[in-house]
Amino acid sequence: MSAGTTKLDVTVADVVPVNELVTRFHFRPTNGGHLPTFSGGAHVVVEMREHEGATPRLNPYSLMSSPLNTAEYTISVRRDDVGRGGSLFMHRQVKPGDRMVISYPVNLFSLDLRAKKHLMIAGGIGITPFMAQTAQLASSSGNFELHYACRTASLFTYGDVLAERYGKRIHLYHDDRGEKIELARLLASQPLGTHLYICGPAPMIDWVRNTAAASGWPSETVHYEHFSAPKPGLPFDVTLAVSDKKIRVGEQQSLLEAIEAAGVDPPYLCRGGVCGQCETNVISSDGKFLHNDHWLSEEEHRSGKKIMPCVSRFEGRSLVLER
Amino acid sequence: MPIEPTIKSRPVYGTLSPQPGTDHLFIADAEGAEAILDLAKSAPPGFFDAAEIVFIPRASGDGYLAALHALKPARFYEGPSIGAALPRLKQTFATAHMGLRLYLSGTEGLIGQAMQAALDAGIDHSSIQTEHRGSLARRVQCVHCKGVTEDVTTQPVTCSHCGLLLLVRDHYSRRLAAFQGVCINAEDQSEKVPVEEVFR
Repeated sequence: MSAGTTKLDVTVADVVPVNELVTRFHFRPTNGGHLPTFSGGAHVVVEMREHEGATPRLNPYSLMSSPLNTAEYTISVRRDDVGRGGSLFMHRQVKPGDRMVISYPVNLFSLDLRAKKHLMIAGGIGITPFMAQTAQLASSSGNFELHYACRTASLFTYGDVLAERYGKRIHLYHDDRGEKIELARLLASQPLGTHLYICGPAPMIDWVRNTAAASGWPSETVHYEHFSAPKPGLPFDVTLAVSDKKIRVGEQQSLLEAIEAAGVDPPYLCRGGVCGQCETNVISSDGKFLHNDHWLSEEEHRSGKKIMPCVSRFEGRSLVLER
Repeated sequence: MPIEPTIKSRPVYGTLSPQPGTDHLFIADAEGAEAILDLAKSAPPGFFDAAEIVFIPRASGDGYLAALHALKPARFYEGPSIGAALPRLKQTFATAHMGLRLYLSGTEGLIGQAMQAALDAGIDHSSIQTEHRGSLARRVQCVHCKGVTEDVTTQPVTCSHCGLLLLVRDHYSRRLAAFQGVCINAEDQSEKVPVEEVFR
C-alpha cells in the first residue's frame, strides 16, 4: 500500500568516515547493473534490521551522489547519540558487503528548472541534498550559489569538497568564528527569477522562510526540506477503527511503526513528516497531540482532526484513528 | 462582468492587493487604472515610494492621468501601447532583483503580454497579481497561419493575417499570451457564418 516504495536490493560497497559525526555509505545494486535515475534533492528510505526477521526501522536519507552516476547511490548519515538509534545502527553495524533494502528514490525537494538562478542555504548535515543538486546543475551549466553554515571547521561536512569543486559559488560560515549569513542583504541582491532552497535545522528553515517572505519572495520561489526523525516519547494506546484493532505505541516506536507492527499496511512515503502520504483522520481523541510534521497546517494541528503518524505522537486517555 | 472559468486554460483574474516587497511594478491600460487606484486605498503609507506605474491610456485618454500621478509613484511611464512598452519592461526585468512584485490590470491582452515578458524573466505566474478591468477584447492566435490578431471583439473573427474565418476558443496559451482561433468553416469556406460582437 506504500506508494512509490518499490524496493531496491543493494549491497554496501563502502563505508567512509567523513568526520567525527558523519559517515558516508555507498550502495551498489546487488544484482549488478544500474540503479534507477534520480534528480537532485531525492531521498531513499533505508530499511535497518537489527537481525534477520526483525521489524525494520525505516529512515529517509537524501541521496548525495551525482544524479549523473547511477552505478551507485551514496548517503551521509550524521550520528545522533540521543535519537532512536537509526543513525547509530548505520554507524555501528553497517559494514561493506552487507546487503540492505532501500526504497526507490523519491524527490520532495526538487530544483525548479525554470529558475534563472538557484540560491541554496544549508545548515549542518542539511548539505546532503545540495551535494546532488549542485552536481546536477554544474553538469548543465546551471547558475547556483550555495551558502553553508556549520558549527566548526572539523564538522564542515564536504565544505572543502564543495569549495574545491565550485570555487566562488560556495560560501562557508563557521558558527564558532562568529561568521553569519547576512541573509537580508543576500536575499535583496538576488536577480529576478531566483529560487531559494533551504535544508538544515528547523529554526534555520523558519528564519530563512520568514526573512524571504518579508523581503517579497513569493512562496512559489521558496523550497525547503526538513526530515523530522520520529521522537521517542511516552507510550500511548490507539484504536484503529477501520481495522478494528487496539494497539500500543512503544516509547521508541513511531505511531506509523506501531500500526505496521499490528499488521495494518497504511500508505507512507518519506517517513519524515514531509510528503503527506500517511496523513490520517482522527475520529475522536481525549488528550494532547504532539505534532512534529511539516505537512499539516497550523490550523490542522490545532483542529485535532488529523495526525501524521510517521513523526507525531499523542499523550492522553484515548485516540481513535480512521485507519 | 466577471469572467467565468470555462476550461482549465482560460485565465481567471483576481483583485490587486499590496504584497510584501521591495519594489512594486504596476502595468495597466485604460480602466485598469481604477484597479491601481482601488489598491491605493488599502496600501500602507509610503507604498508608492517604491513603485513604478507603466500606463497605457488607450481610449481613456487623459482621464486617469491626474489620479495616477497623485499617487506619487517613484517612476511613471505613459505609452501608446503595451507593445511599445515591452522593450522597456524587459529591460526593467533584466536588471531587477528579487523583491520586485508585479501588478497587472486592464484588458486581457495587456495582462497576457506583460505576463509573458514576466515569465521569460523567471517570475512564477501564480505570484503575479492580476485584475481584469475594461474591455473583454481578446488577443487571438490563428492556429493555421500563427498570426496574432489584436483586440478581437467578434465571434467568429476574420484572421488579420491569412483571412480565414476563426472561431475564437476559450483555450488560452500563457506562452503566446493569446486565445486560440480555429477556422470555423474549413469544410466549405463559402459558408456564411453570422458574426456577433461578444467580447466587448
